[in-house]
Amino acid sequence: MSLKRYQEVIVNPLIKENPITLQILGICSALAVTNNLSVTMVMCVAVTSVISFSNLFISLIRNYIPTSIRIIVQMTIIASLVIVVDELLKAYDYETSKKLSVFVGLIITNCIVMGRAEAFAMKEKPLVSFFDGLGNGIGYSIILIGVAFIRELFGAGTLFGYEILPLVSNGGWYMGNNLLLLPPSSFIIIGLFIWLIRSLQKDQVEEDDFVVSKHSTSPDLTKRELNV
Amino acid sequence: MFEHYLNIFITTVFIENIALSLFLGMCTFIAISKKIDAAFGLGVAVIVVCVLTVPLNNLIYNYVLREDALTWLGIEGTNLEFVELISYIGVIAASVQILEMFLDKYVPALYNALGQFLPLITVNCAILGASLFMVEKDLLFTESIVYGFGAGFGWALAIVVLAGIREKLKYSDIPEGLKGLGTTFIIVGLMSFGFMSFGGISL
Repeated sequence: MSLKRYQEVIVNPLIKENPITLQILGICSALAVTNNLSVTMVMCVAVTSVISFSNLFISLIRNYIPTSIRIIVQMTIIASLVIVVDELLKAYDYETSKKLSVFVGLIITNCIVMGRAEAFAMKEKPLVSFFDGLGNGIGYSIILIGVAFIRELFGAGTLFGYEILPLVSNGGWYMGNNLLLLPPSSFIIIGLFIWLIRSLQKDQVEEDDFVVSKHSTSPDLTKRELNV
Repeated sequence: MFEHYLNIFITTVFIENIALSLFLGMCTFIAISKKIDAAFGLGVAVIVVCVLTVPLNNLIYNYVLREDALTWLGIEGTNLEFVELISYIGVIAASVQILEMFLDKYVPALYNALGQFLPLITVNCAILGASLFMVEKDLLFTESIVYGFGAGFGWALAIVVLAGIREKLKYSDIPEGLKGLGTTFIIVGLMSFGFMSFGGISL
């Protein structure tokens, strides 16, 4: 396999085929864990490693998995990897693991993992699948870190817990935007990210579900309607 | 007693709505909410699977996995909590598969309506999330039935409402880049701010 192919599978999911903004995969965790950069980073590392390794292992045994039970086989591999991540996190960073609560467990049902396993790892060779997982994990991380950056900086005036914009309550000048600390704000931020990406990548713009009929666009329509 | 169950139900549907307050099952929530019919079918499927799997997982947690849970077998000092995730997802995947076969054989009409949504449900985090929150809240078996129903119902309610809004928005003039996915995200954000107002209610 040529070097170009590896480059493709890593670079494409970053913006062009981003899992969150284009493929609509893995949104759940994008919302609940983004009010604090350091927690978000841990989540991103966890998700990226689970995707890469699940892609690698599923691809290794892809020719031996019977199609009728493939979902359960994939689930078992993914769930085992998530348990490893969960236990590691509990052992080395208990505080963060408490903050992430059920969301580490929910990586199992994070559709990026399952989606990449189905769409890529079941067909391609192990090494390239591993890099596909890595690329998608990084694409996911870019959006998550972007959202967390905005929410933490403008919501609490800090980054990684260090004060950047001194808050009024601490004698500074910045009035924190409490709305950004609430989880629903991340929906709106992601919505705006999508707008930004799609303004740059015109081919991602969705088509209308309907066709405007020929007559309604004719300029004299308004005249007729107004009975002028 | 009845009031206690009603409380659990209202809390799960409105105050801790699984889609709009806890943000679970978002991928399918956003992807399958273009039409009310499809959203309704998926909602019903989620309710059914939640009612089945949450109580089942409750039994598994209380009689197998929990610390010292195996004393009824005469085995003491066990703690199998680390295989929690894999057993829950196993139960969910298996019950979805069984439900699919059962409907196919005995209720073909319902199978045709729900069939295409059932495989999607295995990877819907609302279902696994409901089981995990059930464990976190330490519910009894009967409570877990009500909780499962409430969680599914809340999710179904939210997706039908979103589909209604999206159908109405179909003909509106939206900026190019925001069309489709972009606006949907913003609508869900606003809906979820709306649902936060239920947070002040204490039962």
